[in-house]
Amino acid sequence: MVTPHRVLVCHETPCVARGAVGLHAAFRREIDRLGLDHVSLEISGCHGHGLCSQGPSVVVEPSGFFYNGIQPPDAEVIVREHLSGGRPVQHLFHRDPVTGRTAARYADVDFFRRQRRVALRNCGRINPEKIEHYVDRGGYGALQLVLSTMRPEDVIELVEDSGLRGRGGAGFPTGRKWRFARRSSSDVKYVVCNADEGNPGAFTDRSVLEGDPHAVVEGMIIAGYAVGARRGYLYIRAEYPLAVRRVQKAIEDARDKGFLGSDLLGSGFSFDLEIKEGAGAFVCGEETALLASIQSRRGMPRPRPPFPTDVGLGGKPTVINNVKTLAFVPVIVDRGPGWFSSLGTPQSAGTAVFALTGNIRYSGLVEVPMGTPLAEIIDIGGGIPDGRKVKAVHTGGPAGGSLPADRLDAPVDYEALQELGSTMGSGGMLVLDEDACMVDVARFFMDFACSESCGQCAPCRLGTGQMVRILTRIATGRGAREDLVLLREVADTVKHASLCGLGQTCSNPVLATLEYFKEEYLAHIREGKCPLGVCEVRASVRPGEQGREFQPGGLPAGGVGANLKGGCP
Amino acid sequence: MRDNSELITDIYRSIVREVLSDYAGHQWPLIPVLQKTQQRIGYIPPQCVRLISQALGPSPVEIQGVISFYEQLRDTPRGRTVIRTCRGTACHVRGGPEVMIRLRDILQISEGETTADLAYSLESVACVGACGLAPNVLVDDEVHGRMTPQKIEQLLQDREEEEPW
Ligand SMILES: Cc1cc2nc3c(=O)[nH]c(=O)nc-3n(C[C@H](O)[C@H](O)[C@H](O)COP(=O)(O)O)c2cc1C
Ligand code: FES
Repeated sequence: MVTPHRVLVCHETPCVARGAVGLHAAFRREIDRLGLDHVSLEISGCHGHGLCSQGPSVVVEPSGFFYNGIQPPDAEVIVREHLSGGRPVQHLFHRDPVTGRTAARYADVDFFRRQRRVALRNCGRINPEKIEHYVDRGGYGALQLVLSTMRPEDVIELVEDSGLRGRGGAGFPTGRKWRFARRSSSDVKYVVCNADEGNPGAFTDRSVLEGDPHAVVEGMIIAGYAVGARRGYLYIRAEYPLAVRRVQKAIEDARDKGFLGSDLLGSGFSFDLEIKEGAGAFVCGEETALLASIQSRRGMPRPRPPFPTDVGLGGKPTVINNVKTLAFVPVIVDRGPGWFSSLGTPQSAGTAVFALTGNIRYSGLVEVPMGTPLAEIIDIGGGIPDGRKVKAVHTGGPAGGSLPADRLDAPVDYEALQELGSTMGSGGMLVLDEDACMVDVARFFMDFACSESCGQCAPCRLGTGQMVRILTRIATGRGAREDLVLLREVADTVKHASLCGLGQTCSNPVLATLEYFKEEYLAHIREGKCPLGVCEVRASVRPGEQGREFQPGGLPAGGVGANLKGGCP
Repeated sequence: MRDNSELITDIYRSIVREVLSDYAGHQWPLIPVLQKTQQRIGYIPPQCVRLISQALGPSPVEIQGVISFYEQLRDTPRGRTVIRTCRGTACHVRGGPEVMIRLRDILQISEGETTADLAYSLESVACVGACGLAPNVLVDDEVHGRMTPQKIEQLLQDREEEEPW
């Protein structure tokens, strides 16, 4: 008998941009032409070898042979030689552009080998559009176990014991959040998956939704059972049409199999899911704004308390969790809370997923145990290309901070990063080399915060605009030393006086660069220009100070825009 | 003979009616209805705002407020081709802004604008998730990676030759 083979052609954004669709078609033609019944051809999520910039990438299971950067004619050769003839095609194996080494199997690729894939356990290994693939790898086993043997309180206790904390950024203990919602007395409750992923430069949630949607669906059903909700919503960012399609398919297939709907698996528990598409507003990732947006209103955050676990959708108790948080839940049930907590540090259990980008050799998804030093993650990413040195690593996006090269021994752990003035964030890790200008980086994030501010509270609406103007002044060589004092003052005010998390955290990139890279600010002021020649051009794209003027009453001339569509100020 | 604007209003009316019936009985239908209307027409014309207001309840001003809040929703038409540069972090540090500057020069419009002949709109988008290929430009929904000012100019020229307007 011939062993069945499964060919997985990555259909994630970078591979599609490099021709994955045509490659898939070439495989299809050749497999059909030779009538190879033992070969199934599938699409998959990201294989996770950090070689996205050299795709399209193809894995042949069961042995995990790995072809990368191949063209349609190569597909014919692979089908003929490898799939039909049983002779893997060595000259098409992935070859590392730097070391020149060949890796026959993707498990041999360093980037992959040194990871610990838990949230990403199925990404790239299954066809996300086939529920059978998920079930084959143990999927929905946790749900069956929960429904047949556990009470809701037991589930909450188990999640508490695991030490799972929210992966959306703030790191709130998930079990405790569920307990609050469970305790709220109400006939109607909701579970919401926050898939708004607005952090520019992060795509971890998208990769999970596109590569393994059932993991999130299963996590949501278990959450619903634990807190006593019968309905859930996935709020998915508008810019993720593929994720929306895959999740929609997953919901329908789960319904067909009786994992969603009424009286699940004969337990008496009923639960169903619906997708709500975002409409492009970063602030809607903030949980109270997200609730307003699901209810078809402007996505304005409101003060807390009351917390959503007491007053959420339609005024009913609502649990809101990040995509990865929910994707962890089924594994925690399967493998036990002790296994999960043993993966990380005492304070931060489990693994952390990052989208590693910037001046790094291999960009892509990395999942490592909590507590792994930043330097090691950069090493997994192959270091900085072209013999340059690392200058800084930025995590946490607009709410985070850049840490300098001599702090890269810091472990990824909620508290450790916070102490250093950065944050874990929800998955972005930007690596910067010596050619990066830190004033430009601070200005970039502040400009982002300014244009995404909802405009409701004065500190955030006005303060972010003022900081952009000061930063632009410094960036373009017109700053004075007093500007640094002013900048810090405004940053502190915005941090302490803003209504929601956007304002409260958006000063962090400025404060961290002032802390670790003050000399660069001073050099701009002293030399009257950007020493690296970066800022002038960049500042002209979003003109900052020269642009829209502030009115004496405090409102920008364009009106209190939610995101001021044209940019800031 | 009926004039054009009446005809257009009739078309809009039937589109809005269809969209509304798709969401009949839905909880919180306003944003999905606006999204679907925009998908059909390309933008949300003022006539539709009035029709949706009559059907769903919120005043036209409230609906306008929702439209102006969200980047995706728009009340003016877009170009036939929409070019979006990625403004995510990876693309920023790897030269996205320089590509945007060249696009502004070529098209003679700013970010958020549409050319007078409705051929092109120029926009930006937060991370498209292909950071490994940064900087990225989306032409309609197709991702073009590793862009440079020269390459984007070439790309536009090639398109003009393929499908001259
Ligand atoms: C401005 C702002 C943007 C946010 N964006 C996101 C986001 O895109 N995804 C996310 O999961 N959480 C985001 N959060 C955090 C959420 O408010 C919330 O804490 C989180 O979804 C809770 O889920 P977790 O406990 O599983 O992390 C954001 C918070 C703020 C203040
Ligand atoms: S930052 Fe541009 S694709 Fe991610």
